[in-house]
Amino acid sequence: MSPLSSSRANPNDWPLFMASCAEAARDPRLRRFFAAGGPAPETPIGQASLVALDLETTGLDPGRHGIVSIGVLPFSLRRIRLSEKRYWVLNPPRTLTEKSVTLHRITHSEIASAPDLDDILDELLAVLAGRLAVVHYRNIERSFLDSAVRARLRERLMFPVIDTMQLEARLHRRRRWAWAKRLSGRKPLSIRLHESRQRYHLPPYPGHHALGDALATAELLQAQIANHYHPETPVGELWS
Amino acid sequence: MDIELLEIRDHLGRFAPFDHLSDVLLDAVVSQIEVSYFKAGSEILARDQETHELCYIRSGAVEMFRRSGSLYNRLSEGDIFGYSDLLRNKHVRFPVRAIEDTLIYFIPERIFERLCEEDDAFADFVEAGGSRLKMTVEQQRRESDMMMTRVRKLINRRPATIEAGASLQHAAQRMTDQGTTSVLVLSEPGEDWLRNFTDAQGHEWRLAGILTDRDFCTRVLAAGITPDTPVSEVMTEELLTVQSDESVYEAMLCMLRSNVHHLPVLHRRRPIGLLHLSDIVRYETHSSLYLVSNIFNQSSDKGLARLSADVRAAFVQLVAEGATSQMIGRALSTIGRSFTRRLLELGEARLGPPPVPYSFMALGSMARDEQTIITDQDNALVLDDRFEPGQHDDYFAALAKFVSDGLDACGYSYCKGDIMATNPRWRQPLRVWKEYFSTWIEEPNPKRLLDSSIFFDLDSVHGEEAFVEQLQDLVAEKASRSPLFLAAMARNARNRTPPLGFFRTFVMENDGKHNNSINLKRRGTAPLVDLIRVHAMACGSRSQNTFNRLDDIAAAKLLPEGVSDRLRYAFEFISMVRIRHQVLDIEAEREPDNNIEPENVSSSDRHHLKDAFEALSHAQKFLKFRYSTSSKSSLS
Repeated sequence: MSPLSSSRANPNDWPLFMASCAEAARDPRLRRFFAAGGPAPETPIGQASLVALDLETTGLDPGRHGIVSIGVLPFSLRRIRLSEKRYWVLNPPRTLTEKSVTLHRITHSEIASAPDLDDILDELLAVLAGRLAVVHYRNIERSFLDSAVRARLRERLMFPVIDTMQLEARLHRRRRWAWAKRLSGRKPLSIRLHESRQRYHLPPYPGHHALGDALATAELLQAQIANHYHPETPVGELWS
Repeated sequence: MDIELLEIRDHLGRFAPFDHLSDVLLDAVVSQIEVSYFKAGSEILARDQETHELCYIRSGAVEMFRRSGSLYNRLSEGDIFGYSDLLRNKHVRFPVRAIEDTLIYFIPERIFERLCEEDDAFADFVEAGGSRLKMTVEQQRRESDMMMTRVRKLINRRPATIEAGASLQHAAQRMTDQGTTSVLVLSEPGEDWLRNFTDAQGHEWRLAGILTDRDFCTRVLAAGITPDTPVSEVMTEELLTVQSDESVYEAMLCMLRSNVHHLPVLHRRRPIGLLHLSDIVRYETHSSLYLVSNIFNQSSDKGLARLSADVRAAFVQLVAEGATSQMIGRALSTIGRSFTRRLLELGEARLGPPPVPYSFMALGSMARDEQTIITDQDNALVLDDRFEPGQHDDYFAALAKFVSDGLDACGYSYCKGDIMATNPRWRQPLRVWKEYFSTWIEEPNPKRLLDSSIFFDLDSVHGEEAFVEQLQDLVAEKASRSPLFLAAMARNARNRTPPLGFFRTFVMENDGKHNNSINLKRRGTAPLVDLIRVHAMACGSRSQNTFNRLDDIAAAKLLPEGVSDRLRYAFEFISMVRIRHQVLDIEAEREPDNNIEPENVSSSDRHHLKDAFEALSHAQKFLKFRYSTSSKSSLS
């Protein structure tokens, strides 16, 4: 049984999973990352070291598309510190599609001179190490990073995340009667980043920039905890 | 700078005091910001907690409270708070709570200190109280708009013209008839189409040249040329012209560069006026003086009434030139006095000389030299003590009516409270006035206090100045020695209070209620005038003007250090906001009033008005403490 599937069965096994990965990892960068671990499941969210993470990609399929940029912003429930922001433009091995170029406001020449993920992996993992990642829609961030690392190092990169989109889904999609509302033809609430932020009266930010979206995600988590959880809520109830 | 941070930078850059920061400093701010979300109802800063950050409201709204629990301020998007704590002792004085879901950008203390050190405007803005107002008030004084005013504003009549074949004598006669110092010379249309134009009658002309009074001296008389010589032989053919939409500044530069005193003003190719250097000088400095001299040139009350539109023009121009409220108040009061004096002269000419000497007395804003564009007439007649009602009153009643009607026609509407010389009660010999004033001071009651607040700003406009001076002396001597009267006046001066400030598009009252607009006279300048009058009377000042009274109060050391300066800047600032809004009304062809709507108040003006209101509010509280009757009156 792979460590990954065991973690899925019981989310509180993330520390165990990380520890076993640390032993198994061959690449020293990955080994250091896994060894740093992360908060224990019972850690209150108010005391956890968090890091907002956002990727912009050339498409939605990790098998066919590449990472164009990465935005990372360490934060806590109390404060998001812009001074600690990190941002990288990457040169993805797969060619960019025209659509994504307009989407990300990054030009071909910027990308042509950009490094490969492998070149910045050390710096990226150093920021992520020991912190609990926060993303909006984990299927992008986690899958793309995993897939990119696998292609380069033939190793897995998997870690726990708090997915703010999933938290919104829990609130609005999985409640009782949600199915009845759907049946009655009412449009389900959007749980996309921009629309989710609006529900908490957060200001509109221009989207589709990895750092901007990381900031937007971090603010959204602060708002979600303030409105629906508590600083004492254990991270184990939030991550996945 | 990264794109997503540009968005934050742009947001900051739209609001005071960040709107004037250099890009370098703004980047330094943005890169160090810390962000935090606060749910509606949650506490952002607790009383007495240590604080090391400036707080900027990115979205949402907050409330600040006094120690007593009463509302201190309500702030929204783009507002900052916490800076006075950073400048004071780094402990929170007014706790802050989110009243809506709010996103705060925290700016660390070291960045705040750097901004204060490297940007004077920022430092002035955040420094508590008076200095922020002071800076703004002094900056406004320096801003002039000679660069903005277009030449056509200075043109008030068509140019004198003459045909090229006419004689020099003919030209001189035309200049004399039209009272001009130059004449444009026109000929049949020529090859040079740039000089050709069609006049209002559809006739085609060529602008051939110009002839000035100077030419008559240098080229005609000095050269011994005869008067029957055609104009075309003497005129200047090389013409410098200016387009009607160019700036006054450009026109002035053009004259100075080429050393010419006359400049034809063209609309496209058609001459529409002739600008003389003196027109610019007059525009720049003396337009209200010209109005005054024009007033004294009028030979009828109807002629005076026709000048009332010029008053507004002079007012708008004074503001455009960057005059202070004191200069504007004095200019408009001088204009008002001139109308009054000229009407009295015309009245005397019609009714014959007065049977006994009199003084025509101005009250209220005209006496204080603080008139604005919207004003009614407050006046009275002080008559010689030899006045016999049966014999003389018909004359003075008729004179008062002539003046009052005339003033109304000139835009100084009748006083609603009937404080006018047409009211027999306010048309009395000097001894009766002395009785009035003595009784009001010795035995104040609500009606007498109200009268005192109007009549104790008094000045002679015409006639025996000594009458009014005696009354001024009486007030100065008696009031300062009457603690009961001062206490009663002080109580009255606290009746009209300023609002707390602004919140979004509303005026916010002390109880947190919202209003759509604010009357800046009733809630700002008038209460300031009232409270400064009380202090002025207490120190025996004979000044009538509010700024002069503040000088006397400062000299008497009646107020704590710095307070009279704060009041001065508060008065100047509120007055100027009121005046500038009246100019906006006039320019938009609305009837000017004393109301301002918060949506028309800029972000920095809001802060300054809040400071000014606070200065007034503090001063009103001090008034209560300084002139309380409870202990002092029982002792005396």
